[in-house]
Amino acid sequence: MIELEGLTKRYGAKVAVDHLTFAVRPGIVTGFLGPNGAGKSTTIRMILGLDRPTAGDVRIDGTHYDRLRDPLTYIGALLDAKAVHGGRSAWNHLLCLAQSNGIPERRVAEVLETVGLTAVARKKAKGFSYGMGQRLGIAAALLGDPRILMFDEPVNGLDPEGIHWIRNLMKSLAAEGRTVFVSSHLMSEMALTADHLVVIGQGRLLADTSMADFIRTNSRSYVRVRSPQRERLLDVLHQAGITVVEADGGALEVAGGKAEQIGELAARYGLVLHELSPRQASLEEAFMQLTAEAVEYHAQAGPAPTPQDWGAGWKGV
Amino acid sequence: MAAVQVIRSEWTKIRSVASTVWTLSLAVVVTVALGTLICALSSRQFANMPARERFSFDPTAVSFAGMTLGQLAMIVFGVLVVSTEYSTGMIRASLAAVPRRGTFLFCKVAVAAALALAVGMVTSFAAFFLGQAVLGSHRAAIDDPGVLRAVFGGGLYMTLIAMFSMGVATMLRSPMLSLGILMPFFFLISNILGNVDATKKVGRFLPDQAGSRIMRVVPRVADDTPYGPWGGLGIMALWVVAALAGGYLLLRRRDAQ
Repeated sequence: MIELEGLTKRYGAKVAVDHLTFAVRPGIVTGFLGPNGAGKSTTIRMILGLDRPTAGDVRIDGTHYDRLRDPLTYIGALLDAKAVHGGRSAWNHLLCLAQSNGIPERRVAEVLETVGLTAVARKKAKGFSYGMGQRLGIAAALLGDPRILMFDEPVNGLDPEGIHWIRNLMKSLAAEGRTVFVSSHLMSEMALTADHLVVIGQGRLLADTSMADFIRTNSRSYVRVRSPQRERLLDVLHQAGITVVEADGGALEVAGGKAEQIGELAARYGLVLHELSPRQASLEEAFMQLTAEAVEYHAQAGPAPTPQDWGAGWKGV
Repeated sequence: MAAVQVIRSEWTKIRSVASTVWTLSLAVVVTVALGTLICALSSRQFANMPARERFSFDPTAVSFAGMTLGQLAMIVFGVLVVSTEYSTGMIRASLAAVPRRGTFLFCKVAVAAALALAVGMVTSFAAFFLGQAVLGSHRAAIDDPGVLRAVFGGGLYMTLIAMFSMGVATMLRSPMLSLGILMPFFFLISNILGNVDATKKVGRFLPDQAGSRIMRVVPRVADDTPYGPWGGLGIMALWVVAALAGGYLLLRRRDAQ
């Protein structure tokens, strides 16, 4: 359990993290979502006691991080930025971290096996690819077999296989009853892994909700209908008391999941349908709307992407 | 957080990077080789020296002449031990593992200083015995008065210069900045300040000027240095304490990045 209370970080006049209050609970994957520069990494560094909060408090199982005896056995973290001496081998990197927390040496071999780096254990870290570096960071997080795990942007720079692997790892860690806290700037990634969602923008808390609730309140479902007998279809739907919105390309959109009802009506009146598809507005769109006011760096060039492009993006992942 | 665990961890860190090996071997080789060379030259030139110089000829100190260059390798060692934590980003992993920053710094400095002491003692004794061997009839013996103190002192001097560098690097964090300040300071500036009449009174209280007094056995003619060998080393130790205290205060206050 991680508890934040009014956590605040200021750099001069700039507020990076602004009175964050929320809790991360065990047994589930909690997604920490926000646009780039929203304060996610700063928050994670404050949880680990690396950065000093300007105000507020953060506790791990009720204790301040620097009061934990052998902290790596309570909480393991994969940080966003690189945290490895390139001249040291993977084995020695993990060994020095293990020794500092009284973790037995056999754990070094175990976590290297878990992340699939056994073959390069004695190689210097500076020769590692980005993906191997991420795996080494994850090995360090798992070293103390901690009850709490934090991953800052873990899928960044990983290949599809690596992304798949880390998703499953996070889910299985949560299934073992551990607290898993993972940050991302991609709604699509969160939708696939997280059970609970904490959304921040410009350092402020925007949402703290279960993923199911977030989807329910934020994703509009509708049915898209196209017919060559468009006017007739409109009349029929009106008579049945169904509200219709005209969409682009001569299509019609009907709010709510009523595909069967529309299909039966069309059949009864002998109408030809070219399309009858239940749709959902994407979560990416909902996330964009939620953080719209809070996005610090608006893109300057080009028109806004259409909602459908975004939807296609996250469904495809 | 047992300090013993952190000491073991820091030992693993220091022995698993190449820079430890090359900086410390360079310190030994340069100090001993240059000291021996200068002893050989002095031995030949002795007959041509003015009487004044012959009178204050200090065979022990001459065998430590390589220290002016060899100490630079010790400075690089001290700087790299601390500053590579920052330049590589390792400091984030290190402080997440050992969040008590006082414990972290104390253990890191203790391990590096112990290693520097071992290497410093080997260097100092090797420089002395090899130097005396080539000095021939002008040589000093290890049991002459003050000689053993000077040879031990040479090892302590190398340890303290490495520790001072660790303190400065903790304050500055950047390896380039730390080396850019310490190397010219100890190679040139301090020597000038300590020997030019106008600045001598202040300059001889600088860490290396004060600390190197312990390696002299025969006092210079008309020496008016206001401290003895151990006093000088004490002054250097105070500089080390100040540098490490400054490093600790900044480390405790700053964000780790």
